[in-house]
Amino acid sequence: MRLLNLLKIAFKAIILNKTRTLLTMLGIIIGVASVIAMLAIGEGSKESIRSTISAMGSNMITIRPGSDVRGGVRQERSAMETLTLNDYYAIKDQANLLTYITPLVNGSGQVINGSNNWPSTIYGVNQEYLKIKITELQSGSMFTDAEVQTAAKVALIGQTVVDNVFPDGQDPVGQMIRFSNIPFKVIGVLEEKGENTFGQDQDDVVIAPYTTVQKRILAIDHLNTIMASAISEGEAPEAVTQVSEILRKQHKLTASEEDDFHVRSMEELISTFSSTSEMLTILLVAVAGISLLIGGIGIMNIMYVSVKERTKEIGLRMAVGGKGSDILMQFLIEAILISITGGILGVILGLTSTVFIEKFLNWPTSIALYSIIISFAVCAITGIFFGWYPAKKAAALDPITALRYE
Amino acid sequence: MSKEIIKIEDLKRDFVMGTETVHALRGISFTIHEGEFVTIMGSSGSGKSTLLNILGCLDQPTDGSYKIDGLKVKDLGRNQLATIRNEKIGFIFQSYNLLARTSALENVELPLLYNSKVSTEERKKRAIKALEMVGLADRMDHTPSELSGGQQQRVAIARSLVNNPVMILADEATGNLDTRTSYEIMSLFQHLNKQGITIAFVTHEPDIATFSNRTVVLRDGNIIKDYKNTNILSAAEELEKLPKQDD
Repeated sequence: MRLLNLLKIAFKAIILNKTRTLLTMLGIIIGVASVIAMLAIGEGSKESIRSTISAMGSNMITIRPGSDVRGGVRQERSAMETLTLNDYYAIKDQANLLTYITPLVNGSGQVINGSNNWPSTIYGVNQEYLKIKITELQSGSMFTDAEVQTAAKVALIGQTVVDNVFPDGQDPVGQMIRFSNIPFKVIGVLEEKGENTFGQDQDDVVIAPYTTVQKRILAIDHLNTIMASAISEGEAPEAVTQVSEILRKQHKLTASEEDDFHVRSMEELISTFSSTSEMLTILLVAVAGISLLIGGIGIMNIMYVSVKERTKEIGLRMAVGGKGSDILMQFLIEAILISITGGILGVILGLTSTVFIEKFLNWPTSIALYSIIISFAVCAITGIFFGWYPAKKAAALDPITALRYE
Repeated sequence: MSKEIIKIEDLKRDFVMGTETVHALRGISFTIHEGEFVTIMGSSGSGKSTLLNILGCLDQPTDGSYKIDGLKVKDLGRNQLATIRNEKIGFIFQSYNLLARTSALENVELPLLYNSKVSTEERKKRAIKALEMVGLADRMDHTPSELSGGQQQRVAIARSLVNNPVMILADEATGNLDTRTSYEIMSLFQHLNKQGITIAFVTHEPDIATFSNRTVVLRDGNIIKDYKNTNILSAAEELEKLPKQDD
């Protein structure tokens, strides 16, 4: 018997039982829609984390002093003075996978302008810092090489600092402020970046030449951090290895000794956060998958009832020449048609609800093509799997008993 | 002598019920030739339903031989039996067995759906022709619920004709109808028979047998009578004789 005829018969049976078919489909529709929506939410949050981190400079590499043991006591990292300017020069000269590099010293203190003051953090860096952090200037300009050499008392400030110490809206560029009682001339204002993923206000900063901060504020000659950017995000892990090797040589560490520094790329951070949101996605999809399974059982249930209800019809079809395989195919196609139609409606519902979630709940979403393909495939398989048993049962009926069935 | 449509020899059918064996058919033989209109009579339990199932290739005999249109039926598998049912036999049932909510035309097309040799256009053409033969050309789009019992049985007859079978097998085809309508149906059968269609009609109503040209009577699994009907009544004439309905 031709497949087209079977399709016609199955289609007819579905049309004749519109309400029942629709109710059966509902399970599949909800299952598929929730798989798609859940995956979209999961993917969305993963992407949003990735993009926040990228905005911070995804190819950024931070080098910090590691823990050290003095007299058997492990020391706090900030107490370490193992990172020096010599390390900075060594990396700058030898590493070829880095585009920008800056020493970094930081300390907190009070920013004062007349009667206004604000607690903030000062970062002592060189000119390349803004490039590493992918930060532009709102107004003014960056300090020059000469100003770094001479430890000039110039500073750039973030928007939060501007709002708090220049509350009457005057242009801060050219004004004098004091940080920890040292006067600084404001030469620029950083563009607004807002909070980062970790809730840290990226605009609450004061940036000055590292020489100035080292000598005039902190009175130290070591570095807290060295920051650099790899030539690309992909090269970041390579660059990390390269920097580690340079530093081990620089610190004259023997093969048996641990690193006395930490080199980290943002890649690690991204993967840490991604894995968290991935867990969540798996959980959501598992729940959605269960509802899809229940939808499948619904199909089996209805097909089973349908076979019982149409026993006489099956008997007649067999009497006029329908083979067992024809009957099997008829019911199987019916189950597959129901699940595939349900799948299509589910995809549509899933996409619409994703759009609604994005619009009205303001959750980041991202519809992955694979989620549509997977849920659709699962749907078709569900139809075959759960349609098989009732169809087999129908095909095995004895035509005589089926015909006499009341 | 004309072609042998059905030839059964020493046909037996036993049913095993637990430890007991029921002999539904105890070795019967007869031949139906092309163009015959045979009624198979018998009270309930006589074995006529069992015989009908075997003649209709829905069941296999325990012993003996059965040939339809020259084809040996014994030892054929389920699928081969289905093909024989599809190509050689037209079934008519007591309760019509039409598909609900399906138009008369589609009901008639049903057997051809299971025959891959028939194209969609030809299927429709043949179904319309079959409906014309039973006088329902104007009711093609009606569903069974929109048709009277007699009309439904006509659709069923059209369905049995559509695959050009070698024989029509009717199982108490008038059992659900009133006298007037069953005479109408019988007159249709007689008309079809005159056009050369072989009919085997299973019934327990003696007056139906008077319209056929041969009667086979079964009792307890044996043929007790098999005679040519010398005085065939015309169902159309009998219908005339029935008291007029006052409506």
